[in-house]
Amino acid sequence: MTAVIETNGLGKQYGRQWALRDCTLRVPEGKVVGLVGPNGAGKTTLLNLTAGLLAPTCGSITVLAGHPGDGPAQLEKVGFVAQDTPAYAGLSVAKHLLMGSYLNANWNQELARDRIDQLGLDPRQKAGSLSGGQRAQLALTMAIAKQPALLLLDEPVASLDPLARREFLQGLMEIVAKHEVSVVLSSHLIADLERVCDYLVLLVASHVQLAGEVTELLATHQRLSGARRDPRSLPSSHEVIEESHTDKQSTFLVRTDQPILDPAWTVKPVTLDELVLAYMGQARNPSPGRRPGLGVVS
Amino acid sequence: MIRFAWLQFRMQAAVAAGALAIVAVVLALTGPDLVHLYDSTIASCAAHHDCSAATTGFTRTDGPLQVFLDFLVLAVPLVIGMFWGAPLISREFEAGTFRLAWTQGVTRTRWLAVKLGLGAVASAVIAGLLSLMVSWWSSQLDQVNADPFDSLRFGVRDIVPIGYAAFAFALGLAAGLIFRRMLPAMLTALVGFVAAREAVTAWVRPYLFAPLHQSLRITTATPVSIDQTSPGIIKAFESTRGISNPDAWVYSVQIVDQAGHTPTTSFLSRACPLGNYGPLNPRDCTARLAVTFHQLVTYQPGSRYWPMQWYELAIFLSLSIVLGGFCFWWIRRPVI
Repeated sequence: MTAVIETNGLGKQYGRQWALRDCTLRVPEGKVVGLVGPNGAGKTTLLNLTAGLLAPTCGSITVLAGHPGDGPAQLEKVGFVAQDTPAYAGLSVAKHLLMGSYLNANWNQELARDRIDQLGLDPRQKAGSLSGGQRAQLALTMAIAKQPALLLLDEPVASLDPLARREFLQGLMEIVAKHEVSVVLSSHLIADLERVCDYLVLLVASHVQLAGEVTELLATHQRLSGARRDPRSLPSSHEVIEESHTDKQSTFLVRTDQPILDPAWTVKPVTLDELVLAYMGQARNPSPGRRPGLGVVS
Repeated sequence: MIRFAWLQFRMQAAVAAGALAIVAVVLALTGPDLVHLYDSTIASCAAHHDCSAATTGFTRTDGPLQVFLDFLVLAVPLVIGMFWGAPLISREFEAGTFRLAWTQGVTRTRWLAVKLGLGAVASAVIAGLLSLMVSWWSSQLDQVNADPFDSLRFGVRDIVPIGYAAFAFALGLAAGLIFRRMLPAMLTALVGFVAAREAVTAWVRPYLFAPLHQSLRITTATPVSIDQTSPGIIKAFESTRGISNPDAWVYSVQIVDQAGHTPTTSFLSRACPLGNYGPLNPRDCTARLAVTFHQLVTYQPGSRYWPMQWYELAIFLSLSIVLGGFCFWWIRRPVI
């Protein structure tokens, strides 16, 4: 599988502070990738590096087989919806589309105008007076009308109300269905991603804690509960991600390719939300003797 | 990219063009009157032997407007630097819109080249047109006032305001790029521009050309005054009378002997004993001085006015280019 983004030991330092450090990841082509992680994990830095707004302090990053921000051709291949979806307050919606058509060789004005119509936006309205949801939609329209091969969205719904959030994600899904575009969408809310993403990258403190197809991740993780027992007594094919114990009972979240045959267990499927939280917890208190990077598949 | 830059700039351009048009109308209405007044008073005053009254009357015409126009030409580059240059990039950072602008299919180097080019050219054109109009309007007044090298007037006439405006714009832009916030950028443009103007006026302009020297005989017709506070220095002879060009910029007038020495205190106290109101006997004093001393006038001739205008324009345009080059270097650095 070809990668749209490939990083190796990527790092970005501000003064003495590392915003992203030693990040190695691979984002496959043709997916809608959810980039999740707690605040400060380096999601925004990673996306800005990918868009070419930032230059790395160390390590390497390849985006669509090119160097980010390297010339107009590379810039046109990447659509970017930045955090807080900035727009020129004094320019109208129509002027924003005009701006896109002036600045992008592959701009599809018809697509942009249709989308604005469909959203019910008044082309004459100034971007400064749009609601947060409308502005996000405008930013998405601009990013998609340049017909990129890779669409990056940095926390696009973080500041939106639930309705605007649903509409935005719906719009994104329609775009994905219609266009051949790889998408990377960052969020710290897993619930947002669950509906749109088919691939998940969990970034904790710059490190990829978990990466993989959502369906595969859900299929290979189970929650087991039963009589209290030592995690070391589990079969070696079961990797314990999270465990909790009461006096009598033990609950484990395990990763395994094998079917659970032991009848002593009650087996329950996990949700994406639980999965992500478990891996975040694992990153915070890695069990002794377990390599933190073990969960990485790529 | 040019079309996009124009899309963003046209409001400001329209405001500037509008203001310029208003000034043009005011000048077009008052200018011909001034010419008429000149023709009817100054041009014919010699015949009536009444030139000083005519001159005073003429130079006071439209006094407030004269002051206002000089102030306008003086302030326009500063306004351009603070309100065009400084916000150009800093506002993109403050609003986060640089993330939108610099992820379109145009590199940020190109983006800067167009923004900088358009802004600098517009600044130069606005300041140039304004200065041209004001110089035209003031031409008769300036002729009567003489002294084209007056430190204020030199900077608000002809072509130097073009260089000031381009420089102020580039300075504001560079400050905005470094600080990424509008207010510090505006302050830097203000302080930096005023400092650069003052520095060039005080320390560069007088040294652009080596001054000329002229020796003038001291005659009994030359009035003498001796500085009461430091009697060693003879302060003011009527200095420029003997210089052929009345538009000269006189740096200094000294009383020196053949060897270039100024009179000693002891010589002065003997030759020109002081009373309560200067020398007791000015005619004797002058006559005694004239035996061994002459006046040495250090000056720039009026013919160097235009070369100095061009030089100063070149200095400020060069500074603008250096600042522009700095912006290109800076914008390639990692952002955010």
